[in-house]
Amino acid sequence: MSAIILFTAVSLAKILLAIALMVAAVRIFVGPRAQDRIIALDTVYIIAMLLLVTFGIGSGRLIYFEAALVIGLLGFVATVALAKFLMRGEVIE
Amino acid sequence: MIPYPLLTVSLIVMWLTLNAFTLGHLLLGTLIAVFAGWALAALRPEKPKIRKWHLLPILAFRVMVDILRSNAAVALLILRGKRRPHTAAFITIPLEIEHPVALAAMSVILTSTPGSAWLAYDSRQKTVLIHVLDLVDEEAWVAAIKQRYESLLLEIIE
Amino acid sequence: MMMSIADLPLWVAIIVSVLLIVGAMLTLIGAIGFLRLPTFYERLHAPTLGTSWGVGGVMLASIIYFSVAGSRPVLHEILIGIFVTLTTPITLILLARAALHRDRSEGNRIGLKDDDDGN
Repeated sequence: MSAIILFTAVSLAKILLAIALMVAAVRIFVGPRAQDRIIALDTVYIIAMLLLVTFGIGSGRLIYFEAALVIGLLGFVATVALAKFLMRGEVIE
Repeated sequence: MIPYPLLTVSLIVMWLTLNAFTLGHLLLGTLIAVFAGWALAALRPEKPKIRKWHLLPILAFRVMVDILRSNAAVALLILRGKRRPHTAAFITIPLEIEHPVALAAMSVILTSTPGSAWLAYDSRQKTVLIHVLDLVDEEAWVAAIKQRYESLLLEIIE
Repeated sequence: MMMSIADLPLWVAIIVSVLLIVGAMLTLIGAIGFLRLPTFYERLHAPTLGTSWGVGGVMLASIIYFSVAGSRPVLHEILIGIFVTLTTPITLILLARAALHRDRSEGNRIGLKDDDDGN
């Protein structure tokens, strides 16, 4: 019984997150300005991270959590660098 | 020797969490944490003096409850869509807190709450520009921020 | 030693499922809001929905599930949660400031009084 509930919930969460990923990705293409695209990219990173954690719950494997941590870190650094670029036009001053 | 003990300890804990708890990792983690403390000391950040530790959990709890409420409000607002128009607005709030750490805490609190976003702080006039997604009463907003967070932050950080 | 999923108590399965779906749902609503809201500064609010209790819900579900199933200590999720709650405001504030800087340099006097040059 609990296996069925859990399986359904994990599948549903995966579907919801996948839709969210696509919806956020639309903004990357729509824009209209650079800052919109960067926030969209950051959102995509976060949703991908949540999706990985959901995969981790579904499979019970630890490797997904390491991947989620790495995606979170990379997303943060990338977004900060891009925001800095928007501000001044160069990343390293 | 160890300029930031709290940072060093939390780095060691983080290292042991990410890896296995063995003697080798304890040594390696300690080494890295101590060097990271020195690296931070070279940057000379301003050290906050936390006066009342016991108020920190109160602040954390309050922020969590507010974020939960704001989450529900913003989710409803998005789901309703265009049927009920909301009024987004920029408001300027005068702040009494001046310490960089207190300001940083305030900006993190306001931005993590979905209904409000911290935009820019003006250090000359000591005001902050925030953007509110659904502004009903500006006075009430300013009063709520001052009462709920600023008074606590003023007491905690000196 | 991993417990098989079928042996999980029913209430744990229900709590984990509810948290997981609420988290995913909030993230989806945030993404939809991000697409639908009309201006940049309004859109700035939408991703926070996913990063505050969206992440919180999924991480709590994972913490409860793995601590009851007993396969490992549950500290990775706490690290991820702390990390996300601390970094998202930073990226959003940086982006908001960059956007404000760009808008103002194009002559839009957003949030400025008349006697103020904004620098």
